[in-house]
Amino acid sequence: MGSASSMLTQYDIEEVQEHCDHLFSQQEIVSLYERFCQLDRNAKGFISADEFLSVPEFAMNPLSQRLLKMVDGLNFKDFVAFLSAFSSKASAQQKIELIFKVYDSDCNGKVSFNDIMEVLRDLSGPFMSNDQREQVLVQVLKEAGYTKESYLSIDDFFKVFGSCGLKMEVEVPVD
Amino acid sequence: MSLSLSFSFSLAPIRRREKKQQPTAMDTAGKLNSSSSELDLDRPNIEDYLPSGSSINEPHGKLRLRDLLDISPTLTEAAGAIVDDSFTRCFKSNPPEPWNWNIYLFPLWCFGVLVRYLILFPARVLVLTLGWIIFLSSFIPVHLLLKGHDTLRKKLERVLVELICSFFVASWTGVVKYHGPRPSIRPKQVYVANHTSMIDFIILEQMTAFAVIMQKHPGWVGLLQSTILESMGCIWFNRTEVKDREIVAKKLRDHVQGADNNPLLIFPEGTCVNNHYTVMFKKGAFELGCTVCPIAIKYNKIFVDAFWNSRKQSFTMHLLQLMTSWAVVCDVWYLEPQLLRPGETPIEFAERVRDIISVRAGLKKVPWDGYLKYSRPSPKHRERKQQSFAESVLQRLEEK
Repeated sequence: MGSASSMLTQYDIEEVQEHCDHLFSQQEIVSLYERFCQLDRNAKGFISADEFLSVPEFAMNPLSQRLLKMVDGLNFKDFVAFLSAFSSKASAQQKIELIFKVYDSDCNGKVSFNDIMEVLRDLSGPFMSNDQREQVLVQVLKEAGYTKESYLSIDDFFKVFGSCGLKMEVEVPVD
Repeated sequence: MSLSLSFSFSLAPIRRREKKQQPTAMDTAGKLNSSSSELDLDRPNIEDYLPSGSSINEPHGKLRLRDLLDISPTLTEAAGAIVDDSFTRCFKSNPPEPWNWNIYLFPLWCFGVLVRYLILFPARVLVLTLGWIIFLSSFIPVHLLLKGHDTLRKKLERVLVELICSFFVASWTGVVKYHGPRPSIRPKQVYVANHTSMIDFIILEQMTAFAVIMQKHPGWVGLLQSTILESMGCIWFNRTEVKDREIVAKKLRDHVQGADNNPLLIFPEGTCVNNHYTVMFKKGAFELGCTVCPIAIKYNKIFVDAFWNSRKQSFTMHLLQLMTSWAVVCDVWYLEPQLLRPGETPIEFAERVRDIISVRAGLKKVPWDGYLKYSRPSPKHRERKQQSFAESVLQRLEEK
């Protein structure tokens, strides 16, 4: 699929479905394509950061800048693959992997104390001081058996989140 | 033990500051009059309307590492916004369903296209040209020669403007059903209506020569604005100028006081919406201290979608689209005049009137400011989320 055309063929849909491990149904992919074309105003084949930020609900989100780095400039196939973690069919493992990627902004496979601090900063803004954030994090890390110098891997994340359900689902409106 | 004590000491000052910052409905209402940036203050409480996925507030008990790392509610909200959001839905063109989908109907549709473009369109252009000729040949003399006799001149100009608007409506084969009492010229009253396209103004103007407040446009529309509409007492504003707001507010107040000024028509949404939703009304029209008469307009999409998607097409293209369609069908309801109730703020008044209009026209309400089409939301909304997160973390930290 090159530049975004206004029609998706059956081949295209199947290719995208393959790419997202069949986590979305074909109708959902068609709906997502309509949405993609709606956001991609000049049919460039990807959605720019500015176009994402034109959705007020997204711009208001504290983690919008982090997510923007992950979705900016994605073509449709990768856009669907990114959203597939939010499908009701996605496993807890896939959801935790996405959360890990959000924390691991430098993509080195491990989440450091500073990485978590930065996400906390995005989430709490000016309403918590740096010292407070550090104190909170040190305390909960200690209780879980980690220290300030620990690096969390994806397996650590699996352990921390455990087996109890993670609720991270988005419904794709299908006409 | 000592660790938790030191926590409570360091927490205390921050908590007090946060409590002061908590905006109540009264605070926001009070702040409105003094602040010049209305973008964020025009909104009562957006969190009431939006689906809130934040569950960090719900569970209680000791704070664990998992709770801190679990950003799934925030991520879900963001992904939800990417997949579908109520703001973009307001400005989506919803063309009528295509009905030419089989072998029998398709030739009929082709025949229809020929009729529309080759017979109707030229006929309509003729009608419109005729209308303009009649109008200009009457308006220009009246405007120039009757300079001294203002009342007579104004009366004639009103009739002529109503006439040219009727020609416009005829050029789209407009089928407009008016319900309710015809607006009268009285001081201390304004009319407000929901906004779908600039043709709203023409449709309403056909019945009554309103003075409208509009955005100044470039091109031939701007020319018409500065010549003909100026004589109706129309008021111009510029969306991008912040200081403009006060100047315009004063012009509105002056206009409303005048006894023989044309009745004032305001579109409080501030932008064109697709006639399925209404966005928040700006409070400017509701704090003039006069009666507000709501008008609801609903277009029937069966022949054409009258929404002017200004991002997608220019007004000229929009008019051409209308002129090559079968008809523009709509209902206009003149609703019961409303007054500010005792103890009601202008924002509450605006919301109440928006409710009346939305119910009458069958439109859904959304909590967004229409101007978000042109600018980003204020950081105050993000800050509100951050504040509730911070409070929740600090509160749970104290629980043992």
